[in-house]
Amino acid sequence: MLREALIEPIFDNNPIALQILGICSALAVTTSMEVTMVMCIALTIVCALSNWCISLIRSFIPNNIRIIVQMTVISSLVILVDQVLKAVAYDTSKQLSVFVGLIITNCIVMGRAEAFAMQNRPIPSLMDGIGNGLGYSIVLVFVAFFRELFGSGKLYGVEIMPLVTEGGWYVPANIFLLPPIAFFLIGLFIWALRSWKPDQIEAPEYKIAPNSRTPVSEMS
Amino acid sequence: MEQLLNLFIRAVFIENMALSFFLGMCTFLAVSKKIQTAVGLGIAVIVVLAITVPLNNIIFNYLLVGGGLSWAGLPGVDLSFLGFISYIGVIAASVQILEMFLDKYVPALYNALGVFLPLITVNCAILGASLFMVERDYNFSESIVFGVGAGFGWALAIVALAGIREKMKYSDVPEGLRGLGIAFIVVGLMSLGFMSFGGISL
Repeated sequence: MLREALIEPIFDNNPIALQILGICSALAVTTSMEVTMVMCIALTIVCALSNWCISLIRSFIPNNIRIIVQMTVISSLVILVDQVLKAVAYDTSKQLSVFVGLIITNCIVMGRAEAFAMQNRPIPSLMDGIGNGLGYSIVLVFVAFFRELFGSGKLYGVEIMPLVTEGGWYVPANIFLLPPIAFFLIGLFIWALRSWKPDQIEAPEYKIAPNSRTPVSEMS
Repeated sequence: MEQLLNLFIRAVFIENMALSFFLGMCTFLAVSKKIQTAVGLGIAVIVVLAITVPLNNIIFNYLLVGGGLSWAGLPGVDLSFLGFISYIGVIAASVQILEMFLDKYVPALYNALGVFLPLITVNCAILGASLFMVERDYNFSESIVFGVGAGFGWALAIVALAGIREKMKYSDVPEGLRGLGIAFIVVGLMSLGFMSFGGISL
């Protein structure tokens, strides 16, 4: 049970690729691995702790104000993370700009609190929070890996492919630093994931009928 | 006046909430299958942004910022760390009030918006606009223009995407890309298109 709650969201029920949650703040922070890792750690911590806290008080929350209670718990945790980041890693927190604050409205945190923590005991909820944080992190790290490697020839700030401007051979592909490429990479990630796990393929809304024209020779 | 107009154009096209900051993406991808619902949601977002951004601007400048409480005789108090929780509170409250107001006085619009109205509380574009407003130090009139402009840009983007997705039923998409995957790639292409506005400096 615990193991499932932890492992399942990573590939089988990925928050970004299958549940369409938490795409909002995910894409703009993926130009470099370092910033991405900070964002992933922040989100995983918030998601795990909010799931745990909400699960602890789940039987005391009146049903019709539960969204406000969840929001209060989540935004208190995000304020905590934001203040710690400002104190420990000020430069990174400047680069993340408004996106740490946007963890509050990140649908992963809200969605898991509503869908899992409200019905389950604290420890499985904690695991589910960590698992969904990891599922989110995998997609982000995948995107950031390609964007930083091809966009600036570096990984984690360490030079992998020396740039032409610094006497090396690699001409950086600037498009990898621009926003649209993140969409293409996530689209391709979804394609790869669904080719590996075909049961995630969406049923077609419309089917294209086979070409019904009969050859001219048969018409007579 | 000219500066405000520039700000509006920039908020709609150059710094489009959805296509260059990726804000409000979850609803953007989930609710863009039909043009009609996309238009309803777009209008709701414009209204909510036009209310909450100026409101949060007042709250930030007169309650939270360091020295902002001097009108109450407390010049040394800095409450800016309470920012997130107050903005989200304002947003949740104004969405709730707007919902009750529409239900009572404009039932036609209320029925058209339906379930999307409460969903807007958790739309990152709304909170994002308030946070950008604080980060960029807009004054009150700028914040009104920015709120309306950001909402208009988001609405434009979701209606355009819905239009494309309605046409997409005629296309034969590879199995693994069907639905969400191809939507991501379409949004990527749209975002490339919107980048051509980036060269405009206002």
